[in-house]
Amino acid sequence: MSTVVRLDDAVVTAGRFPVLTGLTLTARAGECLVLEGPNGAGKTSALRLIGGLESLARGSGEVCGIDLRRGDRREIRRHCGWLGHEGSFYDDLTVRENLTFAARAGGFDIAGLATSVEAVGLSQRLDVRAALLSAGQRRRLGIAWLVMRRPSIWLLDEPIAALDTSARIFLQGILEDALAKGVCVILSAHDNTMELRAPVSRLTIVGGRIEMGESS
Amino acid sequence: MIRVARLVAVKDLRVEWRSRVILWQVLPFGVMTLLLMGFAEGPETTLSPSVAAGLFYVVVLFVSMLVIARSATIESSPGTANSISMLGLDPAGVFLGKATAVFLEVLLSALILLAGTTLLLHLPLALALHSLPSVVLVVMGLSLAGTLYGALTSGLTGSPTLLPLLVLPTMAPLLIAGERTISAIATHQTWSSWLGLLIVFDVGYTVAGILLYGVVEDS
Repeated sequence: MSTVVRLDDAVVTAGRFPVLTGLTLTARAGECLVLEGPNGAGKTSALRLIGGLESLARGSGEVCGIDLRRGDRREIRRHCGWLGHEGSFYDDLTVRENLTFAARAGGFDIAGLATSVEAVGLSQRLDVRAALLSAGQRRRLGIAWLVMRRPSIWLLDEPIAALDTSARIFLQGILEDALAKGVCVILSAHDNTMELRAPVSRLTIVGGRIEMGESS
Repeated sequence: MIRVARLVAVKDLRVEWRSRVILWQVLPFGVMTLLLMGFAEGPETTLSPSVAAGLFYVVVLFVSMLVIARSATIESSPGTANSISMLGLDPAGVFLGKATAVFLEVLLSALILLAGTTLLLHLPLALALHSLPSVVLVVMGLSLAGTLYGALTSGLTGSPTLLPLLVLPTMAPLLIAGERTISAIATHQTWSSWLGLLIVFDVGYTVAGILLYGVVEDS
């Protein structure tokens, strides 16, 4: 499996406050990397750094072969997809309009919309505004957005927060499918109860750096 | 760039149409402000076209501030902002798209407010019609500058109050030129130089927005 993400002693600051204080990790294609840790540990900041949304203050790193310090961060973002627990789309647009916008913006074939909606089980809710969807359905819409874009790295920020058991099992299936296709999944969790049938590495972040890690 | 601009403009206009915030909140605010100015003027007083034009542009400025702030918050939730950033859209296209949506929303509001100004502040109808090109150029400038500053203040602490503080000084030339154009038309003086100033301002902010929007977004 090829390495798609490499961080070496990465430091990220918010103003003068360091949120990552020397993070070192690697993630490979087809592998799920789980970042665990308490609130405020730096999990979301790590995801944002990998997604090209934060700049490196110190250290080095590469995402899909693009240098985090000198490379084009906009190009890094094109390789990544984001799913947050708070919703990753426009509440005032319908499911169809949200996905059509994502497809057209990314230059994807609009024909993929039906497949991705079918995959996440939102076919009956196509013309419903995102604001009116339940928490589980909103997460499914975010996943449909990812499935349609097919980025090589999925960055999931607390993806199982507020999901019931059936929704967690559903998300697990989608992730296993993506991993089998060679997607690199990096997710943050403070109480991860998902058991993926795929290579999983777990890293515990405390105070902006790795405290311990294990692979399975 | 044009493809992204069209996509973003249509999306922003659709979001606005669904929420009806401008229709039911911003526009009534503008009309009420004009109404209050009309009450303050009283039925027996007739304002000079210059004063009526100045008051009209002040109300348009208030309305445009609300529309710009609203436009800047469409992607304000962290999840939406992150996933939209991951699309890697051309920032110049995003700037032009957002500015176009703001322009159309403020222009529609300005036309209704101009009609209100003729009714409530007794601006002659013929003068209002002759002023239309300058109104379009002023609104265009407000939209372009506002979109750029909206992105600059988005996500900052106190952004709703910071936006007018930063953007008002840059908009002063637009309001002066707009008011002077109407005054010049009313007194049959040359007004082409004011229109020229508005065009220079609009072109300047278009170029600045295209070049700087990506930098502002990333910062």
